[in-house]
Amino acid sequence: MSQTYYLLRHREVPEIGQIAVYRAHGGYEALRKALSQYQPEELVDLVKRSGLRGRGGAGFPTGVKWGFLPKDGRPRYLVVNSDEAEPGTFKDRELIEHNPHQLIEGMIISSYAIRANEAYIYCRGEFLKGYEELSRAVQEAYQAGFLGENILDSGFSLDIFVYRGAGAYICGEESALLESLEGRRGNPRLKPPFPAVAGLYGMPTIVNNVETIANVPPIVTYGAEWYTSMGTEKSPGLKIMSVSGPVNRPGNYEIPLATPLRQLIEDYAGGLKEGRRLKCIIPGGSSVPLLTPDKLDTPLDYESILQAGSMLGSGGCIVLDESVCIVKASHRLVKFYREESCGKCTPCREGTYWMADVLERLEMGLGTQDDLAILTDVADNINGKCFCPLGDASIGFLVSAINHFRDEFEAHVREGRCPLGAKVYDTANY
Amino acid sequence: MKPEWKEWAQEAKKQFPRANSALLPLLHRIQRAEGWLSPETLTEVAELLDLSPQYVDSVASFYSLFFKQPVGKRVIHVCVGLSCMLAGSDELMHALEERLKISQGQTTPDGEYTLLEAECLAACDLAPVAQVNLRYRGPIPPEEADRLLTEEVSS
Repeated sequence: MSQTYYLLRHREVPEIGQIAVYRAHGGYEALRKALSQYQPEELVDLVKRSGLRGRGGAGFPTGVKWGFLPKDGRPRYLVVNSDEAEPGTFKDRELIEHNPHQLIEGMIISSYAIRANEAYIYCRGEFLKGYEELSRAVQEAYQAGFLGENILDSGFSLDIFVYRGAGAYICGEESALLESLEGRRGNPRLKPPFPAVAGLYGMPTIVNNVETIANVPPIVTYGAEWYTSMGTEKSPGLKIMSVSGPVNRPGNYEIPLATPLRQLIEDYAGGLKEGRRLKCIIPGGSSVPLLTPDKLDTPLDYESILQAGSMLGSGGCIVLDESVCIVKASHRLVKFYREESCGKCTPCREGTYWMADVLERLEMGLGTQDDLAILTDVADNINGKCFCPLGDASIGFLVSAINHFRDEFEAHVREGRCPLGAKVYDTANY
Repeated sequence: MKPEWKEWAQEAKKQFPRANSALLPLLHRIQRAEGWLSPETLTEVAELLDLSPQYVDSVASFYSLFFKQPVGKRVIHVCVGLSCMLAGSDELMHALEERLKISQGQTTPDGEYTLLEAECLAACDLAPVAQVNLRYRGPIPPEEADRLLTEEVSS
């Protein structure tokens, strides 16, 4: 499918990760324009008018977030969240490995807009290649005079630091990320105060996702009206959707928001593999409720997906076909949260263990009639009772799976086995 | 303590504006050289950064990529996330366990291989995916499990 790429530009321009190639294709011109034609507040206003929303999952308007910084003269920081680890999501990895300069250019423009002189990229520990690419690209940007003192004679100075995590999904939660960046365990902080008021080292800090910041250079180049010409009024612009599961072409797809889910699956990702039939779709990463096939015509924008009963989240779209056991899928996702719970809050720490245990025995054919009630009860005791969103995230898929596929859960008890014959290798308890 | 660690500690402190941020980079660097972080190493890191050994231990134990036991020359992380499960990661893990005669979480007695589960490597387009010493390999269908044991990986 031919299209013009704005975020995944390396697909059109090989080697765009090299600064010379990036510049030959208009790279760092948006920075030049921003520094010479805009005051910082005007850039914040531009991003507000573009309607750009946080692409990490929450979808909060980026310009509005920038506007929360207190004007009290304290140093401010920009922190880019590249701790991508939400099952089903793999867009930021592609961006940092192949198009790192667009992120760096976006960081410089964003830092100028919010008047920050230090910016950080927090890269998950598993992204060794991404970390190396970013470190290399940052050095190139220094050598070219786009970082350091008095950038392009604007009087604006900025240093960028690339920091590597060491394996912890929770560090994608912004306050846990800041803890980790300060050399501590990645336990989330109490909010408020939000990072905009007291963030990194207690200073006003903006934490934005990689994809969010990668949108900033094209918005400066083409304008807010260009951005709002795509998508809907409340969800304008571009989004990268990561599609995985039994489709013909799994991968990242850059789409205008409000593209129908059906088009993403059938056209972009090439439809389900031969002989597979759609069972359900997780549209926005492992933390969101599933959508059944009757919702395939839902436009992929924040409001429509919410109305359909799920969330656009990070854009990690996992396709499940009819051969997949819903209990096994639920177990796998709950187990993920069990492993990744930081252990601070009892409902999350204990609840994810209970749910994973019950799901495992159901899948083994050892469940009882009470198990569905137990799952629902435990989920209810997690819901809204944890310090950070990880607890709630652990029940999103499970609760929707029980609602939509109750028969299949019950069949596991009734028949004393998995009706789909799914094999369980991970049998720590039985 | 290795003589070069002092220098590395100074470099880690200088790498970031605040010295607090030096701990993870220093642990990464030492682990890369030593393979793992022994209790003695953690105590020495604490000394180098003026932190308490308990603090360094508690931080190191939080993160799954810091190894507090010796690992093999080849550390294989098999992604067991949902997308990889759909593509056969359980069978891939099972094949590796059979081939290496160890369970996930263990190291072969000859010290060559460590087999670990990874919770979503953010590479679902390559499912089933694995990392060998943090370098991506995928897709690796279960019947090609041996590739993870033999193919060259960059350092």
